[in-house]
Amino acid sequence: MNTIWALAGIVIKELYRRKDFYVLFVLTAVLTVATGSVRFFQDPNIVRYIKDLCMFLIWISALLIAITMTARQIPAERENRTIFPLLAKPVTRGQVILGKFLGCWLASGIALAVFYLFFAIITGSREHYWPVLDYLQAFLLQWIMLGIVTAMTLLGSILFAAPSSTVTILFIVAGGILFLGRHLNTVALHNPEPVRSIIYTIYFIIPHLELFDVRERVVNDWGLVSWPACGLATLYAAAYTGLFLLLTWLGFRRKSLT
Amino acid sequence: MDAILRTEKLCVEYRARGLKLEIKPALKGLTLSVHAGEIFGFLGPNGAGKTTTINVLLGFIPPTSGAAYLFGIDVRQPIARQHIGYLPEMTYYYKFLTAEELLRFYARIFGLPSREADQRIDRLLKLVELETARKRLIKTYSKGMQQRVGIAQALINDPDLLILDEPTSGLDPLGRMKVREIIQRLKQEGKTVFFSSHELGEVETICDRVAIINQGELKVLGPVDELVAQHGVNLEKVFLDIIGYQPQTAL
Repeated sequence: MNTIWALAGIVIKELYRRKDFYVLFVLTAVLTVATGSVRFFQDPNIVRYIKDLCMFLIWISALLIAITMTARQIPAERENRTIFPLLAKPVTRGQVILGKFLGCWLASGIALAVFYLFFAIITGSREHYWPVLDYLQAFLLQWIMLGIVTAMTLLGSILFAAPSSTVTILFIVAGGILFLGRHLNTVALHNPEPVRSIIYTIYFIIPHLELFDVRERVVNDWGLVSWPACGLATLYAAAYTGLFLLLTWLGFRRKSLT
Repeated sequence: MDAILRTEKLCVEYRARGLKLEIKPALKGLTLSVHAGEIFGFLGPNGAGKTTTINVLLGFIPPTSGAAYLFGIDVRQPIARQHIGYLPEMTYYYKFLTAEELLRFYARIFGLPSREADQRIDRLLKLVELETARKRLIKTYSKGMQQRVGIAQALINDPDLLILDEPTSGLDPLGRMKVREIIQRLKQEGKTVFFSSHELGEVETICDRVAIINQGELKVLGPVDELVAQHGVNLEKVFLDIIGYQPQTAL
């Protein structure tokens, strides 16, 4: 476990020594503050729009950070050849995979926490109302969802040739699942066989990332999702994350490094 | 004397990419052993199989047949690498870290307690003369400095065996001399050093025994002074004779 934590620590150090996170944070902050300062038709519900926009930007930024950071981990180790001195130590390839996953997931969590803090400050300063538990639940669910995305990206980085293709494909896949995933069964119903079966299979195979999206509840103050439901969602995410990590390990353990 | 490093009829074959599925042998039954406390030079022209041998010893590639052992443990087991240090030919380290952070990272991998790691980091940075640059990012280092960080990381676990892949390659004369001094100091401390090099003068100065390979086959193995005495010339001439180099006659 020491090795896995040590590897994770390196990934986190890389995050705060690179500029990606700061750029995305500043962009999110500027867009939210700029939107919040405009008075749309003297609408008293402007805070709701700000919340909606801010949450959307947080989701996009968090996905960008998690995918771009994870996609370059293993390819960069191979391209810069840092994998050689690393594997010359008593480190297994499985530990490399787990360390990279843990590091990327924790680093995305840190970035996400900063985004949520900013979100709480912006909306709280407007509404004078602090639903801390709602924000905490939204943060936790999104972070758990990022675990699936991180594991999926790690698998992509083993399968696809370049980090840029991994980023593009994973962003399309994650975005596609988030926007269309919940409608696939309805789409299947309106199609003839064999298309129907194919769409149904996809519907049942894909990890339903949209289950973790509670933006609407936060924006409209609909209250908390029950904690047992959150627990089930966590188990669901753990199963998919474990599956993707296993597939990554199977792909990486025999991969030539030279 | 127990062999710290041992290969037995080691064969490695590479499959060429393409439709023909051509097989290229990189090592053909290499058998050698390195004993405790010796400095062992591993020589051969480019493409002879030196790096392939090191890659097998470090578990980067599996042998096609035969076996390799470090401290009697099959190299396919990660634990075989618990007591070795490895210095690659080029500098391959996380350039967004400082030397101190890099050494602390590797110390954690070996499970060193934090106080012991601190003491070892201080001692190693002093050994490689990087104390004043310890807080600077590695990306700001010169090539010589990066190679010295490499030596420090190879020694972080106080290894009994050091595997050095062309450690002085690309260094200026001063850098080479420093690396050589460090290797000699390690020998005095009783460490075993296995290193590949093209610098035959350097090998002749510091090695106890050498192995010369060519086209994946072991051509010669023995003490440096015996080889030199036997051929009546320096190691460079011995090497050129063994690999079958024919000087071109002047036109």
